[in-house]
Amino acid sequence: MSEYILEMKQISKEFTGVKALSDVNFKVEKGEIHCLVGENGAGKSTLMKVLSGVYPFGTYEGDILFEGTVQQFNKINDSVKAGIAIIYQELALFPDLTVYENIFAGNEVKNSGIVDWNRTIVEANKMLNKVNLDVNPETLVKDLGVGKRQLIEIAKALSKDVKLLILDEPTAALNENDSENLLELLGELKKQGITCIMISHKLKEVIAIADKATVLRDGQTICTLDASKGEVTESLIIKNMVGREIDDIYPKRSKKTFGEKVLELYNWSAYDSKLGRQVVKNANLHVKQGEIIGLAGLMGAGRTELALSIFGNAKSYKLDGDLVIDGISTALNHPNDAIKAGIAYVTEDRKGDGLFLIQDIKNNISVANLYGISKNGVVNQNEEIKVADEYKNSLHIKASSLEQVVGNLSGGNQQKVSLGKWLFVGPKLLILDEPTRGIDVGAKFEIYSVMNKLIDQGLSIIMISSELGEVLGMSDRVYVMAQGEIKGELQIEDADQEKIMQLATL
Amino acid sequence: MNLLTEAKTLINENIRDYGMYIALLVIIITFSILTDGLFISSRNISNLLDSAGYIAVLAVGVMLVIVIRHIDLSIGFLAGFLGAIAAILLMQVGMPVYLVIPVILILGTIAGLFTGFLVAKVGIPAFVATLAGWLIYRGAILQVTEKTGTIIVQNDTFNAIGNGFIPSIMQVNGLHLLSLLVGAIGIVFYIYSAINNRKNKMKYNFDVVSKEIFILQLVFVSSIIAYITWILSGYNGFSWTVIIMLLVVLVYHFFTTKTVLGRHIYAVGSNPEAAHLSGINVSKITFLVFGSMGMLSALSGILFTSRLQAATTTAGTLFELDAIAAAYVGGVSAAGGVGKVTGAIIGAIVMASLTSGMNLMGVGIAYQYMIRGGVLALAVIFDVTTRKKGK
Repeated sequence: MSEYILEMKQISKEFTGVKALSDVNFKVEKGEIHCLVGENGAGKSTLMKVLSGVYPFGTYEGDILFEGTVQQFNKINDSVKAGIAIIYQELALFPDLTVYENIFAGNEVKNSGIVDWNRTIVEANKMLNKVNLDVNPETLVKDLGVGKRQLIEIAKALSKDVKLLILDEPTAALNENDSENLLELLGELKKQGITCIMISHKLKEVIAIADKATVLRDGQTICTLDASKGEVTESLIIKNMVGREIDDIYPKRSKKTFGEKVLELYNWSAYDSKLGRQVVKNANLHVKQGEIIGLAGLMGAGRTELALSIFGNAKSYKLDGDLVIDGISTALNHPNDAIKAGIAYVTEDRKGDGLFLIQDIKNNISVANLYGISKNGVVNQNEEIKVADEYKNSLHIKASSLEQVVGNLSGGNQQKVSLGKWLFVGPKLLILDEPTRGIDVGAKFEIYSVMNKLIDQGLSIIMISSELGEVLGMSDRVYVMAQGEIKGELQIEDADQEKIMQLATL
Repeated sequence: MNLLTEAKTLINENIRDYGMYIALLVIIITFSILTDGLFISSRNISNLLDSAGYIAVLAVGVMLVIVIRHIDLSIGFLAGFLGAIAAILLMQVGMPVYLVIPVILILGTIAGLFTGFLVAKVGIPAFVATLAGWLIYRGAILQVTEKTGTIIVQNDTFNAIGNGFIPSIMQVNGLHLLSLLVGAIGIVFYIYSAINNRKNKMKYNFDVVSKEIFILQLVFVSSIIAYITWILSGYNGFSWTVIIMLLVVLVYHFFTTKTVLGRHIYAVGSNPEAAHLSGINVSKITFLVFGSMGMLSALSGILFTSRLQAATTTAGTLFELDAIAAAYVGGVSAAGGVGKVTGAIIGAIVMASLTSGMNLMGVGIAYQYMIRGGVLALAVIFDVTTRKKGK
């Protein structure tokens, strides 16, 4: 039997009443590539944060054994000293520093306290060789592409004598060529005796590279599949990923009749010049009046970016393709244009870019349509209170008064305020981005009921959701996105969890 | 009994808003005692308010700049520079005063819009853009006053803005009649709008204070207005500076609380990302706020030049920091989205009262700076701690 470099036993972690991990067991053998797969929110990242000491010893239950001894990491540095390195999806490099400064940042090559830059460069070259990267170590990191930056992260980890390398979605931002290089490199590192844990949504990669794959679902270990026994296959992984019971909490809609197309996209592409990559590629999609479209996919699939590109190109992407509203080809250059065209977008990150947390309910509901209740630029405050009160009642917003500050409301009530704000602009098409994330079951049901009511009133809805149950329970038609592309369209009758997950992990 | 507990909770809940007024009251009472009533004399209060004017209008403008999470350092020397231009237009060009004032205000607005352009469109941090403006306008004052040095303004109409008083119509028992009328109108207007506001709130079942407390509030505020009016009427009545200040407060208070654009300013300040996604044109708001800042800088320059009856080479020095300090004493939050016009004005009056009181007591300038610095720090500490408690 080969020995285990890492054993995580009975790990449980709770966030204010919500169990993120319960009794997770996770064992990694020395020298293998072990993939960790699961839906969004399955607990992969939480598990890795427990391992690396982001959540210090004592805030979780269970034992971590690294190289046979029990470890108690109180901070990230402790796990780094033990030889564990994590490379996150958002790279932690300093763009304005050189490659060699980055590789040895926090681990400087010193002679009695003074940095020896010459030796640093020599050492950096050695590390760059190890990761097969041919760049001048004096290049600034900001001048390198994402693929090369990833390799520099790995070089940085190697410079610290890493024994266990953890990669969180390393290829999510890479093109195919860079991805292949990276996977090849992992193979080589394996030969040098470095153990590797990789979190990935791309099953092809997992199948190509993994010695073992552990599937997590709802904070529990479902199974560990062994490639040498031929178990690491697409069908087996997907089956284990999605096996969740779907509760029947989705209210039924009375009628299902669809009208004309309200929104059409043809060869729609969006390029984010800040990230330097294509976030939406050649999307073709349409929404009919009275329809709920489910937009499924895993995190980083490009769904939010697609929504933002439609909603007045809110992030100033470079756009390509045709946007057709009510049969007329249109250009929307500011969220205000989109609002005027009858589109509303309820953001995913309520607190970050959805609500004005220091302002009260009334102001939050009226903010997007103040001109609708004003005369000569002066707000009719009585009208405003009336409108806000109507939405407070119809959406069952629980608050002591309309003057309550939104930051003090529960997640579900905050989401209802967001909804109220966007309903007040009188949209034809409502885009909901993860409408029920982080809110309790009761509030979820209320949100679903509101959606159905809106459809009955003649609206159309695009619902972005990572919860398969929600997508299957609410939608009339489903598009599945992955890596910025629409990978497939499913009629609701044909859709099931496996099919969606298959498309999402392409 | 009940009244007392309600008053207590009311003060507890609104300590942040009331704190400033309480501080001002404490300052006034303290100085009045220490100076044997000299501080509260008609003449001193009148002078105090006049000397607060040019900082107060700047404080209102910069309060809005801070609300949208920017800063403007150029306003002091812009005021000084435009004041000098006003003096030149009056004395050297011979332009009539009724033309000079609008021209200066427009020039100020253009200068402010240019700052707005640098911040909103070019994307330069406001601190740097306005620091550049600080240097440029400082140089500009020196340039335009280089040949002549101090420019004496000999125009009675212009000089009245900073030194004159509204006409009296007639004296009643040695009191200024028109000023009394203005005060009376102010009280009636205040009572009317307070009652109206309360009625509306009750109609929508909002929390309102009990009738007794409400009447107490009305009486309290009315008597303060009455008292100030009475004090000022005992001297020369309302000065033009005070009238201009009041107008700025009224207009800006209305603008920030009742209009769509005003509400958009606070939305941008409290969450620029959400404001953008709510269809608000963030750069338009930035232009608007900096444009208004430029106009108020021009007004400040006019007030100051008129008060001195001259444009000097050093006019405007440190105005910006006095105005920013006043805005912070008045409760504006550096995190954005929070700040009131009334707060900025009270902040400016607090700072002017400190200067005036300490001058009367003969406190050395060294201690004056330290004490004012201490008061600024205390005000912000108070603000931060009450805000934490609120959450």
